[in-house]
Amino acid sequence: MYRAHILVCGGTGCSSSNSKEIFAKFESELKAAGLDKEVKTIMTGCFGLCALGPVVVVYPEGAFYSQVKVEDVPEIVSEHLLKGRIVTRLLYKETVAETGIRSLSETNFYKKQHRVALKLCGVINPENIDEYIAYDGYQALAKVLTEMTPQEVIDVISKSGLRGRGGAGFPTGRKWQFARNSVSDKKYVCCNADEGDPGAFMDRSVLEGDPHAVIEAMAIAAYAIGSDQGYVYIRAEYPIAVQRLQIAIKQAREYGLLGKNIFGTDFNFDLDIRLGAGAFVCGEETALMTSIEGKRGEPRVRPPFPAVKGLFGQPTILNNVETYANVAQIILNGPEWFASMGTEKSKGTKVFALGGKITNTGLVEIPMGTTLREIVEDIGGGIPNGKKFKAAQTGGPSGGCIPASLIDTPIDYDNLLAIGSMMGSGGLIVMDEDTCMVDIAKFFLEFTVEESCGKCTPCRIGNKRLLEMLEKVTSGRATMEDLDKMEKLCHYIKENSLCGLGQTAPNPVLSTLRYFREEYEAHVRDKRCPAGVCKKLITYSIDPTKCIGCSKCARNCPVEAIHGEIKKPYTIDTSKCIKCGACIDQCRFKAISKK
Amino acid sequence: MKSIQELQAIKEKMQKMINTRETTDDSDIRIVVGMATCGIAAGARPVLNKLSDEVLSRGLHHVKVIQTGCIGMCRYEPIVEVFVPGQEKVTYIHMTPEKAVRVINDHIVNGNVVQEYTVNKE
Repeated sequence: MYRAHILVCGGTGCSSSNSKEIFAKFESELKAAGLDKEVKTIMTGCFGLCALGPVVVVYPEGAFYSQVKVEDVPEIVSEHLLKGRIVTRLLYKETVAETGIRSLSETNFYKKQHRVALKLCGVINPENIDEYIAYDGYQALAKVLTEMTPQEVIDVISKSGLRGRGGAGFPTGRKWQFARNSVSDKKYVCCNADEGDPGAFMDRSVLEGDPHAVIEAMAIAAYAIGSDQGYVYIRAEYPIAVQRLQIAIKQAREYGLLGKNIFGTDFNFDLDIRLGAGAFVCGEETALMTSIEGKRGEPRVRPPFPAVKGLFGQPTILNNVETYANVAQIILNGPEWFASMGTEKSKGTKVFALGGKITNTGLVEIPMGTTLREIVEDIGGGIPNGKKFKAAQTGGPSGGCIPASLIDTPIDYDNLLAIGSMMGSGGLIVMDEDTCMVDIAKFFLEFTVEESCGKCTPCRIGNKRLLEMLEKVTSGRATMEDLDKMEKLCHYIKENSLCGLGQTAPNPVLSTLRYFREEYEAHVRDKRCPAGVCKKLITYSIDPTKCIGCSKCARNCPVEAIHGEIKKPYTIDTSKCIKCGACIDQCRFKAISKK
Repeated sequence: MKSIQELQAIKEKMQKMINTRETTDDSDIRIVVGMATCGIAAGARPVLNKLSDEVLSRGLHHVKVIQTGCIGMCRYEPIVEVFVPGQEKVTYIHMTPEKAVRVINDHIVNGNVVQEYTVNKE
């Protein structure tokens, strides 16, 4: 028995800022202090507050230490664990209270969150199946195998209102029903862990923090549709998630929770991992299955839908990691419990990876229907450096921008579609007034042009042409007619592309054209970039009334474009200027401006 | 895993261990052990460990064993304070692992303060 537990975050964020060394240091320091039999160290999944990593939590007090360094470890061991004095200077600021420490669940970041899919992330050791079992792990599988018929399982999932968390929001129960109704002696259950959106890391965190939740749910799904084989398709770029999933599958096999005659019933199920090589299109369901089959990852025409003819030509269901992470809890707590969260048509919670110009970068899980304002201002802690909120981008390269005027929109599948964005897998990128919306659209389109598989013409050529038009806009060569042409082309690509990649690729352009048309027009008509981002449209100049002639800018200019005499105003030779911004950063008198 | 009983057995065994990781809430009983230099020198560590072992092995979910710094009465160390919500704090002094077992048994489980160990007896 251990009197205290030290939880060190082992998610990708904290791992990349040294949490593994911190973990090792704790073990050696505890040993040196003779505390290793009293205090247990555990490597967990993501706590969510990635901006403050590496994170270390010490129980029973629940002390939340943030931005811990290896050098801080001896102090935590000797002060907190030996002498019982919490190291206040390392506590997450919001948890410091006059009377000691305030519970993490009372901080702004966690207060409005509701953790279902992330329930055990940052709570258990993902590499120890026993800890998962301690928190009701595999109880749901036991329940469905011994007490429920496959149809009852599907009915519960349907009744809960669970919809696909990969982005499109298709009702999960209905998907399972289609696959169950398809007659075949071989069926497959697949998990889409090919999380490709830039800035999205929800699925990675679930797999890193709670891999057994996905395994258990896939077994439940297999029972429901009548399958005995599953595949998890996961990006090879997620080494920690892959490793933990491998360990979890191995442990589940050892316990007989995967394999033959699970819980003494005649239900058999096994699970294998297939690594994706990082092609964005492989997140599309038909391309993903083609890739599992060992072929080049290209989509195909639907119908037939995977539920009828999927992997290896057999009925298949494919759900996203986060969708699966909800399943066991729905079985245990009942569909009414799940349906009590969220909005009328979007039940439950959604995990978002919060990034961009936001104070609390990290992973948040909120009930559907929470407004964007609550996410950005309360949970996210607002925009840093006193800047103004301009827009939020959801759905990655397939989604769109939500402007500041719609910040009070309750977030759910239907509302986001109605305002021209989409739920997407859960990337939420916050932008402030320094962001050029044309440039953002261009960024996402560059990504999809790069990732288009090339199979169909509208996507392969259409998006390329669209990108060229955007480049014309950002370099000031476009005409007003070009804007209308772009809009037409967007609709053409959407309507004619083969798969989801092409059908959604123009969304970032369309939504920015819709809400920020005046920015496009400023680029075209006035040859001006209002946010001062598009390099071809900005010029740097020195205000002679403010310049004192200190020469600092000239000395830091990498191309020697700034000249002048000491103690007299300097000037910039715009023909030489490469618009790098080094002079602005150096000037202490705010004499340099870009327009 | 051939039966649900096997799963339950693992669950029960592990639940005692993870109890430590539940956050304290206001309705929990808190047992606070003085673990400053004075406390440690007087033998607070075996007391702390014994209390923690007893709480975990008995599966007392609503009880948290926490350490604190110097309580201020160094000559009475090892000191253990028991906070039961809604009741006055009880301070036990000159604690030993043996006494700790009795405090858990009599006070925490059965609600009878072990008067003879309290500071009031001095």
